[in-house]
Formats: sequence, structure tokens, C-alpha cells
Amino acid sequence: MKKILSTPLKRDEMEALKIGDIFYLNGHIVTSRDTAHKHLIQKGNEMPVDLKDGAIFHAGPIVKKNEDGSYQMISVGPTTSMRMEKLAKEFMESTGIRLMVGKGGMGDQTAEACRDNKVVHCMIPGGCAVSIADQVEEIERVEWLELGMPEALWVCRIKEFGPLVVTIDTEGNNLFENNKKLYNQRKAEALADLKNQVSFI
Amino acid sequence: MTQNALMIEMTDVMARFISMAGKRLPDDVLQKLAEMRDEEDQEMAKEIYRSMFENLEKAIELDRPICQDTGVINFFVKVGSNYPYQLQLKKILEDAVKKATLDAPLRPNAVSIFDEENTGDNTGERTPFLHWDIADDSDEVEIHLYMTGGGSSMPGRATTLMPSAGYEGVAEFVYDAMVEKGINACPPLIVGVGIAGSMENAALLSKKAILRPIGSQNQNPKAAEMEKAMEAGINRIGFGPQGISGKTSVMGVHLETAARHPATIATAVSVGCWVHRKGTIRFKKDGSYEILSHKGVSL
Ligand code: SF4
Repeated sequence: MKKILSTPLKRDEMEALKIGDIFYLNGHIVTSRDTAHKHLIQKGNEMPVDLKDGAIFHAGPIVKKNEDGSYQMISVGPTTSMRMEKLAKEFMESTGIRLMVGKGGMGDQTAEACRDNKVVHCMIPGGCAVSIADQVEEIERVEWLELGMPEALWVCRIKEFGPLVVTIDTEGNNLFENNKKLYNQRKAEALADLKNQVSFI
Repeated sequence: MTQNALMIEMTDVMARFISMAGKRLPDDVLQKLAEMRDEEDQEMAKEIYRSMFENLEKAIELDRPICQDTGVINFFVKVGSNYPYQLQLKKILEDAVKKATLDAPLRPNAVSIFDEENTGDNTGERTPFLHWDIADDSDEVEIHLYMTGGGSSMPGRATTLMPSAGYEGVAEFVYDAMVEKGINACPPLIVGVGIAGSMENAALLSKKAILRPIGSQNQNPKAAEMEKAMEAGINRIGFGPQGISGKTSVMGVHLETAARHPATIATAVSVGCWVHRKGTIRFKKDGSYEILSHKGVSL
């Protein structure tokens, strides 16, 4: 059974999610990446979309403008969330979002902010741009288009958007940071074993 | 056919070939990914594989590129010494890239250095990147295409080790790149390692290594042994599809080598992400062609 959540997201729904959980999302998600983060926080512009209890997507899509002026999502995949690490805390505090979706994990500062603000970070698989575009039912509007197509805020109505894997939960647990420790430990073991097999010199 | 008509025809075929390569994975990659999916036993990883394969089907159904990052295009050209259109090839390939950028469509990914402007058509200074080899006594041309994504270029690195570091130093350099950057490069990865006397040779060899057919082995038995050992080692690290853990993590480790200087072991690593878009096409001098990488696909 697919677990499906919908926006607006409730605090207790977020608190029930633990790292490694998988779910899908209905409702709305808004794309926001490097420049939009800077536009809001460093340039001090007002966020033109109500993101309270909402979700953002670290992504720069390919969008087609139809003849009637509407937009169609052609291709959209996650971009590396770590690039938003410096601004994520202020972003969530100023907008009231509950969910960030991107690629890979995020750092300690974001994990702490997720814990304090009851926000979750998820990853969605990279390289799945056609499926994800297909989960966008409609682009309802666009803001900050002057930042360029990849950087604009695309307000998307989505259906069963995912799979979303929880990478930071509301207790500040961080899947990728935990994994990194494990991977480094196993790397040391793998290297120790390999030594005898490759002593060709 | 006049030479001019043949050139136009070849440009058109190449444009369609590039477009196709962005929308379908080659046979060896597809087969390996399916094996890895069937072997996988962790729930999260299985879910990721389901999405990957669903996306591959949708890309063909909707005729769209598999990934929004269609990369920078590289050609490795093996031109026969008797092939009559050697001088025309560069233009054919450049024109084909421009055409495919519009037709596929591909994302414009060529940014000029210093001027920092996106050229908009995926061509520019030394782009598409061309590498030439000559095949003796042949009158055909074999073109290997690779679409190099940004994410999958991030783990790429080169160094010059001292011989005292040994071959284990090579492995350590590669494993470090995997844990630091490979996990974010959309694994399962194909890992290419070049070993030579100086790092630019090693770097080129590492790129050629990822283009070798998946499942192939280096001809030197010791190198083949090291390929297997490193593949097992990286799988043991266990970052799995998309870096969230899994039973296997790499489609393979390929080593390509050149004799080294007594004082150096230059080492480079290149990786390909799971959307490993490569293709091989061979033209005869009459313009007829055969696609070697994607069996049964017509353009
Ligand atoms: S690493 Fe590969 S699959 Fe991932 S976003 Fe880049 S090109 Fe696409």
C-alpha cells in the first residue's frame, strides 16, 4: 500500500515520518533552487506564493509554454539539495514550509532547523525526469520568471509525487549523514582486504 | 549519391542517433541494471529501481530525454585510414549536435569560459568534444557518443601518486571519490579508472574506460583481477541506488592503462551515472550505417 500525504501538511503528520520512510505526495509543490533562495533571503524580496505548511522542490525544470499561454512540465528532476544548505534554515523559518524535496542529503545546520521547525527533507530519485514531470498534473502559476526558467517558482499541482524517501526527520535524524559514517567505515574495511590482492609492485 | 547529399544524410542520421541516445539506454547498461534490480533485497532500493525502470519506459512512450540533464556531448571517433570523408566529419558532428539540440530537445549545456554565456546549441569552444583514433586499413568510421551529465562529472578527479603508494593507493583514491561524491552522482555507477605516467593520459583513459561494454574485462589478467576486486570493494561500501544503501552500487569497474614512468603512478577516475547514455554507430563509406549499442532500434 502506497502511503500518500497531501498538502497542506500537518505538524503531526510530519512528526510521524522517520528517516527511511517512503511516501508520495498529493496537492502542491513549488520549485525553488539557488537563485530563488537568494532572491528571498539575501535580496529580501517578499515570497509571492503562500508556502505555509507547503512543500518546495529543489529543481530546475524544462517547461513548455502552450499557445494558450498555459505551461506544460516537460522534464523535471531533483538538483543537489546540499547547495541550499546555507539558506535552508532561514528559508523554512520565513516561509513556514513543512517539506523540502531534492537530491542527496543536507547538512547539520538544516537537520537542526528541521528539528526546531518540524520540517522534513526527502529525496526523490535523480534521473527520473519523465516520470516526475508526468506526476505534475498542472502548472497553476509561475512567479519570479525573471530569474530564468530553471530558477523561477513553478507552482505545480501534483498527484502521487514520489517516491519520496525521508532523509531528515523532525527529530533531526539525518539518513545521509548516518550513511556516510557507515560507508566510510566499510570503505576502510574494503581497502584493508584489497591490499593483499593488489600488491603487484 | 553526391558527396554533398551524403554529408547531409549523415548529419541527419547522426542527429537522430544523438536524440535516440538521450531517450534509450544501450543494451549492456539496460541488462546490467535489470540484473541489479532483480538481485536487490532492500526495500528502499527496490522502490528506487521501480521508479528508474518506470521512467525508462515513459521516456520511450512520451519520446522525451530520460533525464533533464542531457549532458555535454563527447565523441570518440575511430576513423579508418582509408575512410574518404575524414575532413568532413568534424562539421557533420557539430551540425548534428545543433540539430539534435532542437529536435530531441536537449538542454543547452555549453557555457563559454570567461564570457560565461550559454551558447544555446550545445556547441562551442572544443565542444562537442572530439577525440580521434585511427584504424589501419579500414574504410569505415566508428563513432562512440557519450552524454556527460553535470552530476556524474562531479566525482571525476585525477592525481599523480608515488610508486610507494602502490596499487592500493589507486584503489583508495577511487574509493574516496565514491564516498565523497559518488553517492550524489545518481548511482548505480559505472566507474572508469585510468592508470598511466601522467595525469592527463590517465584522465583520458578513465573516460575511455567507462565507454567499454559493461561486463567486459581488461585483457591483462592482473588488471582484470583488480577490476573484480574493486567492484566487490565498492559494492561492499554499499551506497546502493541513489546513495541510500543497497546490495550493489556499481555496474562495474573498468581499468584502462598505459605504461607508467618509473617514478609515478598517475591515476584518474571518471564515473557514469545510472542514466549512462552512450552509443556506437558505424558508417560505411557509402553512408550506410549500423548501430552497435542499441540492437533493433531504428532511427
Ligand atoms: S547524474 Fe545522471 S541521472 Fe543524475 S541528474 Fe545527472 S545526468 Fe541525470
